[in-house]
Order: sequence, then structure tokens, then C-alpha cells
Amino acid sequence: MPSLGIEVLFKGTNFLRLLGGLWVAVRISLISVAISIVLGIAVGMLMTAKRKLLKAVFRIYLEIVRIMPQMVLLFVVYFGTTRVFGWNLNAETAAILVFSFWGTTEMGDLVRGALQSIPAIQHESAQALGMNPLQVYVSVILPQTVRRIIPLSINLITRMVKTTSLVVMIGIVEVLKVAQQIIEANRRVAPNAAFGVFAVVFLLYFLICWPISRLAGYLEKRWS
Amino acid sequence: MENVLLSVRHLRKAFGEHAIFEDFNLDVHKGEVVVIIGPSGCGKSTLLRCLNGLEPIQGGEILLDGEKVLRDNTSITKMRQKIGMVFQSYELFPHKTILKNILLAPMKVQKRPRAEVEAEALKLLQKVGLADRKDDYPRQLSGGQKQRVAIVRALCMHPEILLLDEITAALDPEMVREVLDVVLSLARAGSTMVIVTHEMNFARAIADRILFIENGKVVEQSDNPKAFFAHPVTARARDFLKSFDYE
Repeated sequence: MPSLGIEVLFKGTNFLRLLGGLWVAVRISLISVAISIVLGIAVGMLMTAKRKLLKAVFRIYLEIVRIMPQMVLLFVVYFGTTRVFGWNLNAETAAILVFSFWGTTEMGDLVRGALQSIPAIQHESAQALGMNPLQVYVSVILPQTVRRIIPLSINLITRMVKTTSLVVMIGIVEVLKVAQQIIEANRRVAPNAAFGVFAVVFLLYFLICWPISRLAGYLEKRWS
Repeated sequence: MENVLLSVRHLRKAFGEHAIFEDFNLDVHKGEVVVIIGPSGCGKSTLLRCLNGLEPIQGGEILLDGEKVLRDNTSITKMRQKIGMVFQSYELFPHKTILKNILLAPMKVQKRPRAEVEAEALKLLQKVGLADRKDDYPRQLSGGQKQRVAIVRALCMHPEILLLDEITAALDPEMVREVLDVVLSLARAGSTMVIVTHEMNFARAIADRILFIENGKVVEQSDNPKAFFAHPVTARARDFLKSFDYE
């Protein structure tokens, strides 16, 4: 059996470095996800508002984010805006900005859908019990909305985690970049390392995303 | 009259150009059970929804205990605590257990202590035969059971009047009975109710007064439901009642 080159990971601190890179990727996604959830809920509520202009603005925002590849957005923010506006943006902040910009609108759309899927009779029967609008929202509508968006938003979170691998392109040294460095450095002694090391990276991503998507499945079952 | 509890005066209700009621009047006395029947789309449900402010009205007034039902937030929430309503579709809150469904409004809205409301809720659940289901979720109950819970939930607010909007229309036939029995026992205990229904036998059994409505107008009304069902005076009511017979 040909060598898989995994042994290079056990040289020096290589494996720890790889984990460090993974942490960078996870950190960027965690912060972006947290921002997206908070802003997304607000945006989702605004999207159900009856104002036509507001609706149109968010619609356009959503379409732009969906149409534009995340990598292009990253380039625009990191290489473009820093030039034009002359500000000093480090790569990680740029990545968090872009991923939050993306996550907020996707999350907002999920929240909007969930809010609108709650039947009018739920509002009415709560009102008929004498609840004021705030009580109706807090006790009846929001808990049902949260149950509906959690499985969907977890799907979004795993997508965001996976997409952070793009930040390599703006010079962030995350797990994929560390893997490349390790492979390059050992090109002579372990020419097959590309297979072994990238396979480990794949496994690491799997270990992060799999529990998250299992959680989604569990919650979906519990709340259905 | 002294003991008028709910009074509708010159009600005008329209959806856009389409008027449902032009000048509708109704007095409901304390302890009275008024049953409203009539063909689909005659405005029966709309009337109930106007009574507790779920629908804006375009004219006239609705008085409960001599107090006007307005639609601004503070007065309508106060008013709705006195007007219980049960709908056609089982509208329990799906994320809460049966007991919590019942406790929610008395505790949140009326700020009553949990122990007191819970004791009352359990007693009422017992009465409708569902005490052992208190920790279940609505999805685990049948339609008839859910409707009985909805009635208990409304009762726990101590309403002065109950509005029942076709509460058995979405039920399987064998579940209609269990729900109507609960309503019947409420009527015997002296509750004031306005009931919209398509169950003619039930209407005959429970009504103190029958209103036959068509196109937003009272076509016929009677304080003697047995006589009304046996010999309706108007041709329109006769035709309507005939449509329920299979002979």
C-alpha cells in the first residue's frame, strides 16, 4: 500500500498547528454566526413589516447576497474598500464582515418565512384571551418561530463553517492554509502528504459540522 | 332592560365595498344562550369576531355591561378578558402543554397566582374528562379533546360571556357529542353564550333564543326553539332547515 503521508502530521508541532488553523476557521464562523442570528432576527421581523419600501430594500439585499459569490464579496471588501476608503482592515475582520453580511440576510429570510408560516388564528386566539400585542409576540409567536427556524438555521451555520475555507484567498492562515504549508514543507520526504493531510482536514471539518447537523435532526424530531 | 349583558347597536361592518351588516341589532341577557344559525357566508362568524374586536367595525357600537368595546389596545385587552371565545379550528398553542395553555393568560394577563389558577384549571379539566392529559402537548390530543381544552382555557379567564364559533364544524362526527355535552352543561350552569353552529339538534336543545340570519339580517328569531324548528314562520328559514333533512 502506498504511503498516505499522514506521518508528516506527527512531525514537530504540525498537528497542533493544524488544530490552531482549524480554530481560526471556527472562530470566524462562530462570530459571524452569532452576529447573523441577532441581526437576522431583527431583519426578519422588519421583512414582515407592511412597508413596501422596507420590503423592497431587504429583497434587493437578499438577492445581491445570493447572486454574488462569497469570494467576490471577500475581494471587494478586503482588496477593494480598503483601497478606496483607505482604511486599515485586517483580513479576519473583513471575513467576519462578509460572512455576517451574508448570514444576516439568509437568516432574516428564514425568520421572515417562519413568522409568516404561523397561522393567523394563533395571533387571534391569543388576542381573544386578552393578551396585548407584546404578550402575544413573546409568549405565543416567537417561541413557535424559534422552533421553526432552528433546524433551518443550523443548516445555514454548517454552510457558513464550510465556506470559511475561502478566507485562504485573502491571506488568512486557517486550517487549509496550514495544511498546504505542511505539505509544501515536506514535499521531498513525503510526496504523498497531500492526500493524507487534506484527508485529515476533511475529517476535521466533518467533526465540526456533523454534530451540528445531528443536533438539527434531533431538534426537528423533538419539535415536529 | 335591566339585565342586558351584551348589546349590539346599529352595527355596520363591511369588507371594502362589500357590506356584511348594515344595521344589525342584538341584545344578549345575562344567563341567556343565543344560537345563531344561517347559510354559509351570512356573517355569523364575522359577527362574533366583531363582538370581541378581532374585526374593525365601520359603524354602530357594541356594549358589554354598558361599556363600549373599543379597539384600542388597553381597553380591548380588558374587554376581551370578559369575553371568552372558542374558534372552529383547534387553536391551542402547539408549543405548550395542555396545562400551560390554560395557565398562560390567567397568569400573564390577569396576574393571578399560579397555585390558584392551576387548581381551577385542574378542576375544569376534570369536569371535561381530561385531567390526566394535562402534561400532554396539543398534538397528542384528538380534535374533540383539543376543543374541550380550548373551552376550559376560555373559562379559566372567568369571562362574563362565551362566544362559540362553529366549534364542532372541523370535528369528526363521533367527537361532536363530547364537545357539545360540555357546552350543554355550561348552559345549564347559567353561562351566557352566543353560539354559531350548524348542529341543528344541538341548537334546538341548548338555545334560549334562536336567530336565523341571512345576508346580514335577522330573518327570523324565536324564543321557543322547539317551535321554531318544528314550524319555522318564514319560507326562507323553512328552506334552510329542510336542507338538513334527508327524507
